[in-house]
Amino acid sequence: MDVLNDFITVLNSTLRLSTPLLLACLAGLFSERAGIFDIGLEGKMLCAAFFSAAVAAITGSVWIGMAAGIASSLALSALHGVASITFRGNQLISGVAINFLAAGMTVLIAQSWFKQGGRTPSLKGNGRFNPVELPVAESLKDIPVFGPIYQGLISGHTILVYVALLMVPLTWWILYRTRFGLRLRAVGEAPEAVDTAGVSVIKLRFAAVGICGVLCGIAGAYLSTGLQAGFVKDMTAGRGYIALAALIFAKWRPGYALISCLLFGFLQAIALRPDLIERYLSFKVQIQLLDVLPYILTVIILAGFVGKATPPRAGGEPYVKEQ
Amino acid sequence: MSLMHKFLGAATALSFSAVTAIAEPALIFDLGGKFDKSFNESAFNGATRWATENNSSFKEIELQSDAQREQALRRFAESGANPIVMAGFMFATALGEVAKDYPDTKFAIIDMVVDAPNVRSVVFNEHEGSYLVGMLAAQASKTGTVGFIGGMDIPLIRKFACGYVQGVKSVNPDAVVVQNMTGTTPAAWNDPVKGSELTKAQIAQGADVVYAAAGGTGVGVLQTAADENILSIGVDSNQNYLHSGKVLTSMLKRVDNAVYDAMTQGADLETGFNIMGISNGGVGYALDEHNASLITADMQASVDAASGQIANGSLAVHDYMSDNSCPVE
Repeated sequence: MDVLNDFITVLNSTLRLSTPLLLACLAGLFSERAGIFDIGLEGKMLCAAFFSAAVAAITGSVWIGMAAGIASSLALSALHGVASITFRGNQLISGVAINFLAAGMTVLIAQSWFKQGGRTPSLKGNGRFNPVELPVAESLKDIPVFGPIYQGLISGHTILVYVALLMVPLTWWILYRTRFGLRLRAVGEAPEAVDTAGVSVIKLRFAAVGICGVLCGIAGAYLSTGLQAGFVKDMTAGRGYIALAALIFAKWRPGYALISCLLFGFLQAIALRPDLIERYLSFKVQIQLLDVLPYILTVIILAGFVGKATPPRAGGEPYVKEQ
Repeated sequence: MSLMHKFLGAATALSFSAVTAIAEPALIFDLGGKFDKSFNESAFNGATRWATENNSSFKEIELQSDAQREQALRRFAESGANPIVMAGFMFATALGEVAKDYPDTKFAIIDMVVDAPNVRSVVFNEHEGSYLVGMLAAQASKTGTVGFIGGMDIPLIRKFACGYVQGVKSVNPDAVVVQNMTGTTPAAWNDPVKGSELTKAQIAQGADVVYAAAGGTGVGVLQTAADENILSIGVDSNQNYLHSGKVLTSMLKRVDNAVYDAMTQGADLETGFNIMGISNGGVGYALDEHNASLITADMQASVDAASGQIANGSLAVHDYMSDNSCPVE
């Protein structure tokens, strides 16, 4: 039973740590599939994390908080869109600018609203997402193996974890089974063809960047009101960049995105338990190695050792008519 | 006309400096800002205490960027402020440059050593304070397992950890201390999500008291400990109020005492090393209405006894930074 318990605690932690990565990764997927590179995932998540926590602290409702978080993330998305779609600016530079803007702005506003050193007050009760008990979890827990897994691992997460997992099939369905998805993928590969067909490249790209903003908003809200009970400066701690790495690792596909985010989350979770690694593998693993492994894996994938990661062909290029 | 302006300006400046000829002390806050509920605010409280007690005033500035450090130091030095106190180790480079240009001005830097004849370097014996909270943790623990979560893996944080472990083992030699560091980059100071996960991992290993020396990451540690109904220990300033009744105590670094002391000595500030330990009220543990129910009379008596022994030198706590190793783990 001990093995099962260890297994459940590590996988629980994996799920919690993977969720923000997964949401941000899918956000990046929509944007990049439409040909807009987005290095500003980190900034958008941070901004959403702050506004979710701040508004939830003021109104006492986590849902209003999350709406505010999504709105703030959408505003940054719009900025990115205007800079890189309308004015055809460099997408990477616009993304970096968003990261800097979010890092500075959140602390500044937090300090002027709450005067707690760039923090928001601790959220209580309905101000944060509480764990959801799935039906009959309590009564099933005595069934061997399945009971503890259902009650301990599958049940008992905040609702956003389930939302993130459901986003994976939904993303696949939108991209591969709807007309909008077909056009969105086309606009990232050959925007001139989409334009010739009489569909607006600009509108499609703005729609993709908007979806990206919503997903980043949910990811940020999950960080500050699901995993935590408040905002702390720079609390995204590089998760936006890991999500970008996961996106490359997933070769810009929703199903693979789930796998790569779970893998990266698992590596982070196992790094928290050096005692378990030692017990089951009977040798010590450097924690730093586990921390750096996602990046090493991404470099290996990029270098073409394990299949080829081909980014969308028109990615990073602003679209200019009749060129 | 513009020449006239310059003359007038110079005259005004002269008259101002004449008025403030009696040296006023100055305090420079680090980037966290004056009301950060921690380090800087503690420094501000110390300065305010000095000002009210002496019916006097002090100059102050909150920095907005790294580039302002040297500028702020020079401006205060030019204006005749003495001594100039700065909160934070980040001032070391700027002070090294400025100190030699103003040999008649006294400077005090907190948490860092700057070797100059007119500088007082204030450092804290964090291992002694950590020893005391370690004793409390061991006595409050029912499982015999306690945890330590550090921020960035640097010698200073290992100093906290080493003092803590020594304190725990002094009460219960069989106790297990689960130790984790959040990371190896500065991002480790502000990753409450990872702090929470580490806390949950330590709880899974049986820990029921967790000490966080991890800056913003500690916010996540204290939150999760409160959610999961175990005890936590705060750091630097008194964090007991964050989760009343769930925070066992806080390891206090009395930055306010250091600032108060420097301003009291005024222009005759004694320079060189100034070590703030238990003996001179530099470190300690927090006891207030939020944790009164958690600390029994026996616990308090044992810690106060150890505190007295450390102060009079009969009990020595090993300092990790003296030889970069810890005798216990």
